[in-house]
Amino acid sequence: MAQEETRQDEAAATEAEAAEAAERRTPRRTAAQMIGVGLLASVLGVLGGLLIDWFPAPGSTQAGPIDTLWDVLLIASVPVFVLVTVVIAFSVINFRMRPGEEGIDGPPIHGNTRLEVIWTAVPAILIVGLVTYAYVVLRDIEQAPASGRERVVKVFGEQFAWTFEYNEGGRRFRNAQLYLPVDESVKFEVQSKDVIHDFWVPAFRMKIDAVPGITTSYRVTPTAVGDHAIVCAELCGLGHAFMRQTAHVMTSDDFGAWVRRASAPAGGGGGGGASGGAPDGKQLFAAGKDSTGAQPCGACHKLSDAGSSGGTGPDLDQALRGKDAAFIERAIVDPNAEIAQGFGPNVMPDNYRSTLSSAEVDALVKYLQDATK
Amino acid sequence: MFAKLSAPGWYRAALYLLIGLGFSYVLSIGARAGFGYDPVLDGEAVLQIALIAMPFFFLAGMGAFDYWYHWAAGRPTLPEDHSNHGARRWQDYFKVNTDHKVIGIQYTVTSFFFLFVGGLIAMLMRAELAAPGRQFVDSNTFNGLFSVHASILIFLFIIPVFAGLANFVLPLMIGAPDMAFPRLNALSYWMLPVAGLMMLVSFFAPGGSFATGWTAYAPLSETSPIGQVFFTIGVQFAGASSIATALNFLVTIITMRAPGMSFFRLPLLVWANFSTSLLVVIATPFIAASQFFVLLDRALGFDFFRVAGGAGGDVLMYQHVFWFYSHPAVYIMMLPGFGIVSEILAVKSRKPIFGYRMMAFSLLAIVVLGFTVWAHHMFVSGMQSWIRVPMMVTTAIIAVPTGIKIFSWLATLWRGVLHLDTPMLFALGFVTMFTLGGISGVMLAMIPLTIHVSDTYFIVAHIHYVLFGGSLFTIFAGVYYWFPKMTGRMYDETLGRVHFWTTFVFFNVTFAPMHLIGVQGMPRRVADYAAEFADWNLAISIASFCLGLSSLLFLYNIIASWRGGPRAAANPWRALTLEWQVSSPPPIFNFDSVPTVVGGPYEYGVPGAVHGVFKGGAEVPQPAGAREHAAAD
Repeated sequence: MAQEETRQDEAAATEAEAAEAAERRTPRRTAAQMIGVGLLASVLGVLGGLLIDWFPAPGSTQAGPIDTLWDVLLIASVPVFVLVTVVIAFSVINFRMRPGEEGIDGPPIHGNTRLEVIWTAVPAILIVGLVTYAYVVLRDIEQAPASGRERVVKVFGEQFAWTFEYNEGGRRFRNAQLYLPVDESVKFEVQSKDVIHDFWVPAFRMKIDAVPGITTSYRVTPTAVGDHAIVCAELCGLGHAFMRQTAHVMTSDDFGAWVRRASAPAGGGGGGGASGGAPDGKQLFAAGKDSTGAQPCGACHKLSDAGSSGGTGPDLDQALRGKDAAFIERAIVDPNAEIAQGFGPNVMPDNYRSTLSSAEVDALVKYLQDATK
Repeated sequence: MFAKLSAPGWYRAALYLLIGLGFSYVLSIGARAGFGYDPVLDGEAVLQIALIAMPFFFLAGMGAFDYWYHWAAGRPTLPEDHSNHGARRWQDYFKVNTDHKVIGIQYTVTSFFFLFVGGLIAMLMRAELAAPGRQFVDSNTFNGLFSVHASILIFLFIIPVFAGLANFVLPLMIGAPDMAFPRLNALSYWMLPVAGLMMLVSFFAPGGSFATGWTAYAPLSETSPIGQVFFTIGVQFAGASSIATALNFLVTIITMRAPGMSFFRLPLLVWANFSTSLLVVIATPFIAASQFFVLLDRALGFDFFRVAGGAGGDVLMYQHVFWFYSHPAVYIMMLPGFGIVSEILAVKSRKPIFGYRMMAFSLLAIVVLGFTVWAHHMFVSGMQSWIRVPMMVTTAIIAVPTGIKIFSWLATLWRGVLHLDTPMLFALGFVTMFTLGGISGVMLAMIPLTIHVSDTYFIVAHIHYVLFGGSLFTIFAGVYYWFPKMTGRMYDETLGRVHFWTTFVFFNVTFAPMHLIGVQGMPRRVADYAAEFADWNLAISIASFCLGLSSLLFLYNIIASWRGGPRAAANPWRALTLEWQVSSPPPIFNFDSVPTVVGGPYEYGVPGAVHGVFKGGAEVPQPAGAREHAAAD
């Protein structure tokens, strides 16, 4: 085969016409120039890629290795793309058909074994290197803490909310908001009550599906005090887009204080939020109640007065206009009693009677009545 | 009247549909009465039976089974009757036709109809996503839009349009008068509009269309409203069509090559479709199974994926079975495009394909490796964790045979005489865009990164760089390249180039930023998103509308050129492969005399090289050294 190709090459070369054509098609720009452009573009591409702020602010020890892996992948990828682009651009500039060349063919090159071996072997080596590095990173981010001390938080997914179960010093309690102490390893054991969800905190970089029938898990060590978004990353139905909650990472002392409040017997009062003074209906509508996990109404409902625009539930400007207090209260605490046309049952949380005090429900009802008059 | 109702065609199909509806009612009521269910008449029960039964009544009415029925019943079958073969009038495209060229055009035009429907749905989604909060549609409708968008474009556009293009050119390329099983070929085509229509009308079902994504994960798909069943059953017809066509291609390629057409003289498009067909016949039954499981759970109370109350179902099994098809499906949607691009790059560079044998072997390598990577879609699914690392390795290794193809294409360009017309521009656009999609694919093989970016817009960006920048660019390239052969007319070159550049630019403006917002944390499949992503989403929406508008240039060009474009010569590109050695469009039975193949398909620049010889000594016009222009029709 190779011999035949050589013979054909020679045959072509002996043809005066072909030689003349080849003469005319000598590259105007040298391969050295192409390599120069390629190197420059690769360097600029890698620098540009590294300068972009890709990730959300890191919030766990797992974020560091993953973000570094991304940088390594960028550094490996940009030159590959540049190589392909530069060769195409160089070919288009140098080898494009010019007027008068309509009947000319290129040289009959059928292949080159050495080249083919190179572009099989080099990518394979690169791939093996990247995979090995990724494996090291994977070990790193899934490793149990050296101290062996680890908090377990059970995470329950359901349409369309997360609930968290703690076991702090023998006291078991559930909460609808996630509170974590900073710099302490936590293992999430994730379950689902209905369909598949996915428990993802982008700042932590980790996620896992909540699968009916099995328990899945991952661990993180939060490093940044503050609030981080919790996102459901697996399509779980109507309210999937709105299945967003907040992870509160706090200092060890604050966390201890929260545990004491949250694990206190019912009626002990919620921490944070709207405790003290008369409950504010508008505040509850827009922000919910973090301490008990009452979802904010505004996440799913449109209400002009509060400036909310959610489309998961009925438009309250329309649905509640002229309704009496009894109707509104029932709609809040027993949402499945009457389903608005065009909406499905079991979408709205039916736990407001337990997550809000009766004073708070009253305040909310009064606010809604006033706002939709 | 009776004659019209008893002859195969649309009238009989309408009559049979009525009979099918009656059959569905009778079967449903009978079964429910027999088991003592109350009420005896249940709309959803009737609907599910009707969705399965009525397509068969329709196909029978159209005449897809007539020949087989006559044969089975011992009636005369008229083996030499070619009345349903070939197109002499435009009406011939609207009946069960056994000519592979007619079927190829039926396939291609139908698929492009669904491309425009799917694109329009994408425009609706981008309108909703232009700003956070609710704009035009509620979340149930939105979930339906992206589900139907993906299902239509995967099952009714990319997969069948490749089958359509190959249907037209593949028998011509190997010197065959038709496909091996022309009647099966016709049946394959007519299942497509059935599947497509089923998915589209799901929007009118009570509770809305199927809204669980094209992946239709159980158990969500089992608790969804009845619209889900339109997907569950529609996919069966699209899949059956796909399997039958793949069998047809395999038998055609193996048994119907012209004398002298050895496997290593096959054009790479034929190799690509051979590999694709292997994937289809092995993998597609798995998606059929996954959807039958869901249907049995839904309709008959099976417990494949139910766990509540100790039902014993296994939720992850759905994903394993589904992805055992749906990962190879990515290659089903990619390999035929590799074939198209190989044809175009060789002809338009006036050079032989660089490393022909490696090009063929790398296709087979992708087929084999393609079956070993499915669980990389499940890195965060909660499956047993040890399997992730082997799947990461095999996934990344696929970049090696793919890289061989890309580098070989680049080497084919090198020192060629590049004709930068529309098919070539799309082919070159494909090589760059697919490289990007491949690179993000290698990134996604890396488990730690995938843990963060799975189910985000990074995935949306990746899949569109592979299927839009990859598959769709090759489809455009192929349609422009074979347009003269299929229609006998030339397309408008200037409009074609404008179409390429607008598509190329707005494609990148639309999908490149999705990489960024995905890594930043925007999940996919959401009707609403956090305010921090608002600016990028507005920019993406505007670009996507421009991308949508650019496709109108293509539509206008194709329609206007088909109606009144200049007549095309038999071989306007001076190509060597056999389909260009017959008139444009080809005669009804392809070849007046069977060609004999005496050389490789891409011997451009080789003095005296010949691919095929026709009886009577008339050699295929070969371009090396000869300065002749396209042979006259």
